[in-house]
Amino acid sequence: MSDTHAESVRYVRDTMLPEQPPPATEVGVLGWMRESLFSTWLNAILTVLSVLFIYYVLSGILPWVFQSVWYAGSLDECRQIMKETWGETHGHACWAVIRDRWLQLLYGFYPPYPAYPDANVGAPPAGWWLPAYFRPNLAFVLLIVALAPVLFDTVSRKLLVVTAAYPFLMPWLMWGGSLWVPVGVALGFVILFAVVKYGSVRLGSLAAIITGVAAMLVWWGVLLGPFAGVMDQILPIALPTVESREFGGFMLALLIGIVAIGLSLPIGIVLALGRRSDLLIIKSLCVGFIELIRGVPLITLLFVASVLLNYFMPPGTDFDIIMRVMIMVTVFASAYMAEVIRGGLAALPKGQYEGADSLGLDYWQAQRLVIMPQALKISIPGIVSTFIGVFKDTTLVSIIGLLDPIGLSQGIRANQEWNGIYWELFAFIALLFFIFCFGMSRYSMYLERKLQRENR
Amino acid sequence: MKKSVIFGALTVAGLSAGAAAAATLDDVKARGKLNCGVTTGLVGFAAPDASGEWQGFDVAVCRAVAAAVLGDKTAVEFVPTTGKTRFTALASGEVDMLARNTTWTLTRDVDLKNEFVGINYYDGQGFMIRKDLGVTSAKDLNGATVCIQTGTTTELNLADFFRANDMEYEPVPIETNAEAQQQYLAGACDVYTTDSSGLAATRATFENPKDHIILPEIISKEPLGPLVRHGDQQWGDIVRWTLNALIAAEEYGLTSANVEELAENGTDKPNVNRILGVEGNLGEMLGLESDWAVRAIAAGGNYGELFAKHIGEDTPVGLARGLNAQWKDGGLMYAPPFR
Amino acid sequence: MTTNTDPPKESFRLSMLIYDTRYRSTTIQVVALIGFMLLAAWLINNTIQNLAALGKPIEFGFFLEPSSYDINQHILEYDSRDTHLRASFIGLLNTLIVAILGCATATVVGVLIGVLRLSKNWLVAKIMAVYVEMFRNVPVLLWIVLAMAILIESLPRPSAFRGDDPDATLKLFDTVALTNRGVYIPEPLLTNSLGSVHLFGQSSLRMDVSLDFLAFILVLVLSIFAARKVSARADAIQNATGERPTTWYINLGIVLLPLVILLWALGFHLGTPELKGFNFAGGIHMRNSLIALWLALSLYTAAFVAEIVRAGILAISHGQTEAAAALGLRPNRIMQLVVLPQALRVIVPPLISQYLNLTKNSSLAIAVGYMDITGTLGGITMNQTGRELECVLLLMLVYLSISLVISSIMNWYNNRVKLVER
Repeated sequence: MSDTHAESVRYVRDTMLPEQPPPATEVGVLGWMRESLFSTWLNAILTVLSVLFIYYVLSGILPWVFQSVWYAGSLDECRQIMKETWGETHGHACWAVIRDRWLQLLYGFYPPYPAYPDANVGAPPAGWWLPAYFRPNLAFVLLIVALAPVLFDTVSRKLLVVTAAYPFLMPWLMWGGSLWVPVGVALGFVILFAVVKYGSVRLGSLAAIITGVAAMLVWWGVLLGPFAGVMDQILPIALPTVESREFGGFMLALLIGIVAIGLSLPIGIVLALGRRSDLLIIKSLCVGFIELIRGVPLITLLFVASVLLNYFMPPGTDFDIIMRVMIMVTVFASAYMAEVIRGGLAALPKGQYEGADSLGLDYWQAQRLVIMPQALKISIPGIVSTFIGVFKDTTLVSIIGLLDPIGLSQGIRANQEWNGIYWELFAFIALLFFIFCFGMSRYSMYLERKLQRENR
Repeated sequence: MKKSVIFGALTVAGLSAGAAAAATLDDVKARGKLNCGVTTGLVGFAAPDASGEWQGFDVAVCRAVAAAVLGDKTAVEFVPTTGKTRFTALASGEVDMLARNTTWTLTRDVDLKNEFVGINYYDGQGFMIRKDLGVTSAKDLNGATVCIQTGTTTELNLADFFRANDMEYEPVPIETNAEAQQQYLAGACDVYTTDSSGLAATRATFENPKDHIILPEIISKEPLGPLVRHGDQQWGDIVRWTLNALIAAEEYGLTSANVEELAENGTDKPNVNRILGVEGNLGEMLGLESDWAVRAIAAGGNYGELFAKHIGEDTPVGLARGLNAQWKDGGLMYAPPFR
Repeated sequence: MTTNTDPPKESFRLSMLIYDTRYRSTTIQVVALIGFMLLAAWLINNTIQNLAALGKPIEFGFFLEPSSYDINQHILEYDSRDTHLRASFIGLLNTLIVAILGCATATVVGVLIGVLRLSKNWLVAKIMAVYVEMFRNVPVLLWIVLAMAILIESLPRPSAFRGDDPDATLKLFDTVALTNRGVYIPEPLLTNSLGSVHLFGQSSLRMDVSLDFLAFILVLVLSIFAARKVSARADAIQNATGERPTTWYINLGIVLLPLVILLWALGFHLGTPELKGFNFAGGIHMRNSLIALWLALSLYTAAFVAEIVRAGILAISHGQTEAAAALGLRPNRIMQLVVLPQALRVIVPPLISQYLNLTKNSSLAIAVGYMDITGTLGGITMNQTGRELECVLLLMLVYLSISLVISSIMNWYNNRVKLVER
């Protein structure tokens, strides 16, 4: 083709021009700004407005946050220091209250050294080597270890042992008492598992499950007490007991959230399966329960926990209020969890069900081996966001008088030293919640992206 | 999977709480702890301090009962209750007694099946207002915006008062005292109304208490006292007479400083000796040990000492004795005879 | 020849209830039903025993007793001599007011934020992202409490409007007063009012229905109906000739003119708020508790709505837009005819469930003292009468009914827009 040029045109450049750098306004900071901040007139106006807005907000907040008092014993002292330093008390935070009460906001009245009821953080017991708040802290660290293999593929599968043990370990760490009670409870599940595994050949799967559950309930109801008693005689391992009404602060919010989500997962699975079942009565029972719970605000369920639940129990029984709240929040979370898992089940292609059927698996085998592993996997983002929701909703327990961070803040403000303080406490509480919820929502997004990639 | 949480925790904590039926005394003794319902926080009456210790006038009553029954004033579990949850907490057996500035009314006593055992503070509903508004009487409050705490008798009294005086008002209901204080200070309401002890306690913590006055009108009677469940007479008697012992102790000059010494040596007054358990068998009648009253008084002091320590004129709350002085000094504190 | 013989007839054995799939489902259901009924009977029996022990039989007679407390925000007449039932009814109306206001605002703000989050302007997109994360990750109760605190602390008190040289003045041509007790806006007043109809006699549900309002609605409906007729005619002309007559000003006139005439006939004017005594008088008083709750709920929910809107817009594949453009549609017609109908199908179901959440969250009104149904029926009434069981159950029933109404609207919509699959 090149020779045709020689005939048609006088001059043809046969070398490339050297590459020129793009104009300064198209690359680098300038280019980026032009592209993403000032591309049109409207955008430019929006940008200027945004800058003004940011300046307005930050100029109000930053001095308040940083020109603040950290060392004071009371609000009066704080105000005095502010007056001496800046000549006015407005526009300056008094973080001293957080310094004074942060342990309470985090742990409530949980004893720092449960073995020594008289010791506190300021005056630790003599010769004791476990650090303060060892038990809740360990429970929290173990939680992360237990969740790691579930949440991340890259973590060693061996850690699943911790995951399996955690439901039994955590209550023991938090509430204390004999080790043999949680061990006994765990043995109940071992019995169930053994009966289902070895009994299903002889009895058929449904009968095996029913027998297993019956055996488990008998073990818990009748034999657990003597078992724990005997084992206590042989090898007494126990932690000092902590009453649940001593739980409080951020720890309480987290604990209610974790217990509710942990317990609601199995209940939610059962409810979701029930709702998708062909059996009319079971289906309507499940639908009725789910819609009833989802139709009312959590606060009414908490009212039930605080004023009605004891009426529903046989005369004479009495759960303490934290247990009752945990029960009702679990009930609440179960309904939402059921819907999340139902979504996961619905998202599975029909071929999976048909495939399982064609392999000759019965209902439970199909659920256990084919359906649930996949359905749960795609439900994890939903489960995480349910958890975030439940965790945020735990703040409502302050309305019925539990000492979660907001409830404690009322107590702190009723104290003579800190009466009249406001923003600092709420800013601190909001920050705590934000860090947790933001972290979890980031994780859930990462997971969604990963699932999308895998499904492609 | 995690069902065990509930069972483990149940065994550990849930079942340890006592039954709601009678024989509260046995339950308390078996448990070794007294469960006492208090407010979630009210300056001077009950609030937790930095180390989680509950302090205050109502709290002291709980401690005295614990000392009388168990011999240990620290053997108390304080259960914070809101205006909404307090009576159910008591009825369900979650707490053994309430010491939570609760007004004694007929409905609460009869219909809600509580038993008020006495009065530890005679109060009345008052109004606090900014001085610069120039209001000197509650009758001038027509059209005012009034902050009230919900869940108490105050909102009923307020409605009655304004209706009776044919005045208009704008109620601003608020959950907690701290919240109400903030709204009042910011000027979101003209007047703050609650029990006048609460008003004084709140005013004491203001930056400039002198800018606010408490109006002379007291629009209601608010006898505040501890209460127990209906149907357990023995337990009711114990709490009632522990409170009476504190009041009588002030009358007879028994203080936390001298009561133990006097109990050891006895006095020459038979009526004092009976309180001290040196003479007679009053403790036995109540189902307690003979030195029950001594322990109750030694726990925090007599009524006057408790008053002075938590809400008296030398404290930031700064309440005068007024109606709560001993009957000899013109007040209403009058303990029936220990005989 | 097929050997299609029947299996040998089996006589019925008890074990077939479990092993035979024909009977098993029935067995399971019967067992479940019996179990459920036993559980229910056990709970009810416990409750009856416990209540009997407390001497509090279940009865609803207390609802007809005078409530003896005042409610600050009541759109129907109410005073402390009215019954508890009336108080609960007023509370329910207050719940509905804040729910409706909140849903409307949340939608507007949410859509705006959702669209702006997709903006090409980096700064704007980031600010919106910060907004969404900030609101989504902090409990709504905290936002409600903070909104209340901000209103109280930042707005001037009514006394600041007093004097010759006041610290604060009325806004918007002296018609709107922003105070820390709430916002006073002008109220519509009529000089030749048609009066009102009193419904339900003296019962607790009695209400006055303003005839002016009814007339207004009637005229509005009629004129919209007429305007649609005009549009339909324009469509017919367009279909016949291809030319669409310009109708927008006719439509606008048809809708607005009758309303203006009606308002003029009724003698419409605005009543502005004035400082009188302790407070402003006149005008509509929107209390702080309402505004704080409304703001907090709608801003919180708007963060979720924004995410839903964003997801909805992103869900429409680019091919749809391109295909529509290839058909020669103009950009706004593409939005109107192609993108929006599809995006709405994705957006509306989660949006309605957010409305449901907002309505349920409005029960947190109690934190700022807004007297909704939780504050009246589940608050003061429950407190003063001590009838926890009756009050809490009724409260749950009320919320359940609201939820069921909202979700049946959602189901109706879902069925309407459902893709007809072949």
